[in-house]
Amino acid sequence: MRRVLDFGLPAMAFGLLIIGGVVGLAIAPPERDMGDVYRIIYVHVPAALGALIAYTTTLVASLVYLFKSSWAADAIAESSAEVGVVLNGMLLITGSIWGRPTWGVWWTWDPRLTTAAIMFFAFVGYLALRRFVDAPEKRATWASVVAIIVYVDIPIVWFSVRWWNSLHQLQSSPNTIPDPMMKLALRLNAFALLFFFLWFTRQRYRIARTRQRVELMEPPALAPAMGGTP
Amino acid sequence: MNNAAENTAASMSVARTPSTTTERERPRLGLLRATFGIIAKDFLLEWRGRARINATIFFAVLTLLLFSFAVGPHHAILEQNAPGYLWLAIMLASVMSLGESQRVEAENAALEGLRLLALDPRAIYLGKSIVNMLFLMALALVLVPVSIALYGTTIRAGMGPLFSPLLLGTAAISAPGTLYAAIAVQARARDVLLPLLLFPILIPGLLAAVKATSLVLTGDPMGELVSWTMLLGAFNVVYWILCGLLFGRVIEE
Amino acid sequence: MSSGNTQLAIRVRDVSKRYGRRWALARLSVDIPQGSAVLLTGENGAGKTTLLRILGTAMRPTYGTIDLFGAPVGDDLERVRPRLSLMTHASYLYEDLSAHENLRMVQRLTASADRAAREAALERVGLTPHAHRPVRTYSAGMKRRLCLARMILRQPDLILLDEPFGQLDPRGVTLMEDVIREQHRAGRTLIIATHDVDRGLALCDLHLELSAGRQMRAPQPIAA
Repeated sequence: MRRVLDFGLPAMAFGLLIIGGVVGLAIAPPERDMGDVYRIIYVHVPAALGALIAYTTTLVASLVYLFKSSWAADAIAESSAEVGVVLNGMLLITGSIWGRPTWGVWWTWDPRLTTAAIMFFAFVGYLALRRFVDAPEKRATWASVVAIIVYVDIPIVWFSVRWWNSLHQLQSSPNTIPDPMMKLALRLNAFALLFFFLWFTRQRYRIARTRQRVELMEPPALAPAMGGTP
Repeated sequence: MNNAAENTAASMSVARTPSTTTERERPRLGLLRATFGIIAKDFLLEWRGRARINATIFFAVLTLLLFSFAVGPHHAILEQNAPGYLWLAIMLASVMSLGESQRVEAENAALEGLRLLALDPRAIYLGKSIVNMLFLMALALVLVPVSIALYGTTIRAGMGPLFSPLLLGTAAISAPGTLYAAIAVQARARDVLLPLLLFPILIPGLLAAVKATSLVLTGDPMGELVSWTMLLGAFNVVYWILCGLLFGRVIEE
Repeated sequence: MSSGNTQLAIRVRDVSKRYGRRWALARLSVDIPQGSAVLLTGENGAGKTTLLRILGTAMRPTYGTIDLFGAPVGDDLERVRPRLSLMTHASYLYEDLSAHENLRMVQRLTASADRAAREAALERVGLTPHAHRPVRTYSAGMKRRLCLARMILRQPDLILLDEPFGQLDPRGVTLMEDVIREQHRAGRTLIIATHDVDRGLALCDLHLELSAGRQMRAPQPIAA
């Protein structure tokens, strides 16, 4: 099983990426209004999906830790959050790159992009907390609490930024995808990034588990010379 | 082990009378009274430490001044953005007051002492976050006249309607802030960790509070104030409940 | 075992506590009968403070179980905590409040309003002349006395003392000894960790030695 995942995940990821890249860059037609610039959507949207999946995984793993004290869950939460932050960063960068030729600005206050920026900082805070706490039990408990608080904020942030921005001129991220080839390219790339997420998270999970093994050793067995235990 | 215990029991020369206190009634405090107890204690502590409070207020006023210098003497811009400066000053000062409220508990492990009194952690949370909120309210009430002076804001609708966004906004800061401060006070780099954790999730509250304050000050032609107030209300409901439930896990050892 | 569980104030099984990579307690198991006064000794870092804090429910063990007053300590901490008193290096005091105010807060949070008891406790530990000054102005010994007053007020069934004689002047030491003997005579269970072994041997009837997180052997009775 392990071997299948070790080989299969990156194989799927790269495979889908190549096919998706060909379809997205070469086969799918240029967009009606934006020309070829729109193609960044093939990274931007999958990154957004991937980040959301990653953060949701962190939330679920955090809940599992709080209720079951499962160290595996804590490792999953940590790994998934890290990969999620990377995907979130990609989302922001591609959003910014798209905005420049389209609107002439490096940053738009588009609700989705703005929410993504806030979430980026929120989860960077989560990772910082994990860095600054040494005791494993406390680190896991506090990180789980913070993950829940942050995740619950996502819809609130979304609504507030939408309202806030609706009062200004709305400059939106790439949106409509009518052509079937475009849809295909999007799906291929989305799955490609999903497999990258799974692959990276799994590798990071193993590192986290190894570290846990060092930190959470069993207490030393009693030597026969010491009496006392019945 | 069995033999050892039996030996010790046998070797005790004096027969031990069972302690009468084991059967004694030990009444437990209800949540409301426990919360009031914490509020009273924190109020007393804040009063005793009022030099520190004064310093925090002066810091917040100084921040307002700094905004004026940073932006420049453009009256129109300053007046328009006054609610933003006001709430930023409150948020920056809150980091100090929230941190201080927890530092007092960490000083002699007093928080552990409270836990060992079999006090409901929710009472500790509610008490501390209410006091934190009231302190921020007091701060806000001081900052409002200062912003009027510095930024030339006028209060068209009177002080009354201003009360609502101030209360909801400071409550919104206090709810997650009290919990995060309890975490930060025990972690390394506590001074940077608290704002780093707190500010991103407060952004919706900040938006709503600034907008609501602005609408109260400059008038509300399209009736948007209700929406922003409801957003602030929802934020408060969600976070007071959520943090109240999670606080126990945060402070246990 | 002929004596039933109700005669055991404390039952510790396989309790282990880890700090970082170090095991402060490693598979500690011990039984403490109700009403005994236990002297807890060991070199620095042997785990005395850790054990007292775990028994006082200030901290949970990494592994292992504890029974207090005949029942396992799980999530029902409100059952046992009112019956415990833990005196460690941390004073749990609010420096800006006075002795009176600190004690009144404890009373208020434990549903008591007995002003007379509060004043009696302060009188007992000799703090009455200073009772209205903030704790910040107290010496270390006075703070210790205040903690003792708090313990007297709470009337616990299990008393855990970590280096109670440190920082006390000779009269304070005598006071502490008197209080310990009183509590012992009243049938309460005490565990006293101290480096002052001679004093401990005179006050206690059991001796438990720790070394590197384990007990050297079962608690030894002290000859009267």
